[in-house]
Amino acid sequence: MTILDFRFWIETIDIYPGETLGLVGESGCGKSTLGRAILRLTEPTGGQVLFRGKDLAHLSQREMRDERKHLQMIFQDPMTSLNPFMRISKQLMEMTELHLGYTKDQAYEHAVKMLETVGIPDARARADSYPHEFSGGMRQRVMIAMALSCEPELLIADEPTTALDVTIQAQILELIKKLKQDTGTSVILITHDLGVVAGMTDHILVMYAGKIFEQAQTRELFACPGNPYTKGLLRSVPDPTAEQGALYQIPGLPPDVAHLPPGCPFAPRCERAEEICRQEFPPFVKLNEEHYSLCHFAEEVYAKSCSERDARKSMNQTTVQEENA
Amino acid sequence: MLRFIIRRLIVIVPMVLIVVTLTWGLIRLAPGNFYTGEKRIPKAIEKNIREKYGLNRPWYVQYGKMMGSVLRGDFGMSLTYPGQSVNQILWSTLPVSATLGLLAYILALAVGVTTGTIAALKQNSKWDYASMAFAMLGISIPNFVLGPLLVLLFSLTLFWLPPALWGGGSPANLILPVLTLSAIYMAFIARLTRSGMLEVLRSDYVRTARAKGLSEVQVVFRHVLRGGIMPVVSFSGPALAFLIAGTVVVERVFALPGLGNYFINANFARDEPLIIGIVAFISIAVLIFNLLVDIGYAYIDPRIRY
Repeated sequence: MTILDFRFWIETIDIYPGETLGLVGESGCGKSTLGRAILRLTEPTGGQVLFRGKDLAHLSQREMRDERKHLQMIFQDPMTSLNPFMRISKQLMEMTELHLGYTKDQAYEHAVKMLETVGIPDARARADSYPHEFSGGMRQRVMIAMALSCEPELLIADEPTTALDVTIQAQILELIKKLKQDTGTSVILITHDLGVVAGMTDHILVMYAGKIFEQAQTRELFACPGNPYTKGLLRSVPDPTAEQGALYQIPGLPPDVAHLPPGCPFAPRCERAEEICRQEFPPFVKLNEEHYSLCHFAEEVYAKSCSERDARKSMNQTTVQEENA
Repeated sequence: MLRFIIRRLIVIVPMVLIVVTLTWGLIRLAPGNFYTGEKRIPKAIEKNIREKYGLNRPWYVQYGKMMGSVLRGDFGMSLTYPGQSVNQILWSTLPVSATLGLLAYILALAVGVTTGTIAALKQNSKWDYASMAFAMLGISIPNFVLGPLLVLLFSLTLFWLPPALWGGGSPANLILPVLTLSAIYMAFIARLTRSGMLEVLRSDYVRTARAKGLSEVQVVFRHVLRGGIMPVVSFSGPALAFLIAGTVVVERVFALPGLGNYFINANFARDEPLIIGIVAFISIAVLIFNLLVDIGYAYIDPRIRY
């Protein structure tokens, strides 16, 4: 799938089969909006979403409905995302009845099988429960089972663990990871938890104020961020090994996307900002293979991150050597 | 569930007794009496009347007698309709009022839910504005204006329908009163449905349903209607009770022999047994329909358990 030139888009994003793309950024940066726009749950105002040679952004809703077999989404809040008036089994059956033409019996058996796959204990007995009889984690499992019923090619997971407690979070992420490996489904993982994307994604997009600020392979992004915003986000992650005082935070709040200031939207909060940042919109700079950054000083920031990384490396090496000596 | 229903049915008894007591007290507080009129009655005759109807006995004896009649379900003879017992009046007028009320409510439900749903689905379109303007009109025009207007148009100008009377409940006689009666309920239900549907249409689980790839029609019928109809269900209990218990204005306008007509006459005439009988009947109807609504909730929403 290729996403081109959205209203706020600069470069193309490619998602390959079986790959996981992380979409990170603070709240209100347009991550979920992008996810919903890809699936036309929010109407995009422009741009292209290319999938199997079709432009999803310009299909009619009717044509789009057929594509939904391949493109599924799970949402942030499993407590409200399932219909409270309908049995779990029935909600799952809708998928296969609709897209695969299953009979009621086939669909029911498939629903039970899917519930087993996502780890609902005693799935057959619990299939006829209503959503309120399930816990939050169980409901998210049901959502996943539903989304994966027709073996979609792309699953968009919009902060799938935000509403869940920590132990359940890990289980759900592990489940998505495992099912992704089993089925070869591509995943777009929307989250503000950098720890989550680090362990699960191949590529990462960093979004800010509705724009892509940085795009890179996961390892590369964590090692050598080429954008001050990404650096700020990475510094904000608590590091249990470091002896730091107060936790770092990026000053200020994300701007209102409807009323963006001229120049770089991040400039008012940026440590590196100069006059040009407040005047001119920054360029999308190619830093490396598959690594882009939206910044006037992208190369400088990137070079600095890389040298810091090398310094860390050699320091680690010297410590190791000293210990060996 | 069964326990809940039995409990609620038992509660009806004290509730009705309280309502009846209050009504009785108010009748006694109001000036005048069923035998007082324009003409002054000679003292001796008044004394005779008071003795005959037990009005000379202490109040608690009279109250006890009234309560006994309510508990037995036999309200005694009407004071103003000679030779008719209150029960006879209830049983002969109830079919008229109930037919009218039920038909009016069914019509109101059908039209109200349909237009409300369309308005919600096409929010801010001309359909939405048109139906909501119409609903506003329905709420604003009192039925004592609407009734005569309809008669003027359909009976006295177009000569399509009879202007009044029951006519043994023939369809032609029913159309205008049912229409008049249902207008305001139609309007209310349309508005309730619209707001209920809009709330559900914006909910997360409807977004999930759309994401599944269901068509908009499937989304509405399988996922939206059920939740969106809840406000209408709550409204239906009291609305039905009052509709069936008779509607004074419409029965007056169309000269129909319904419960409401008798109720008004009974009040003006201080016909105590008849008032008590009708009030008891209406309160039982309200309580039973509210119970039905609560059962309906549990049927529609699996989260509700009694």
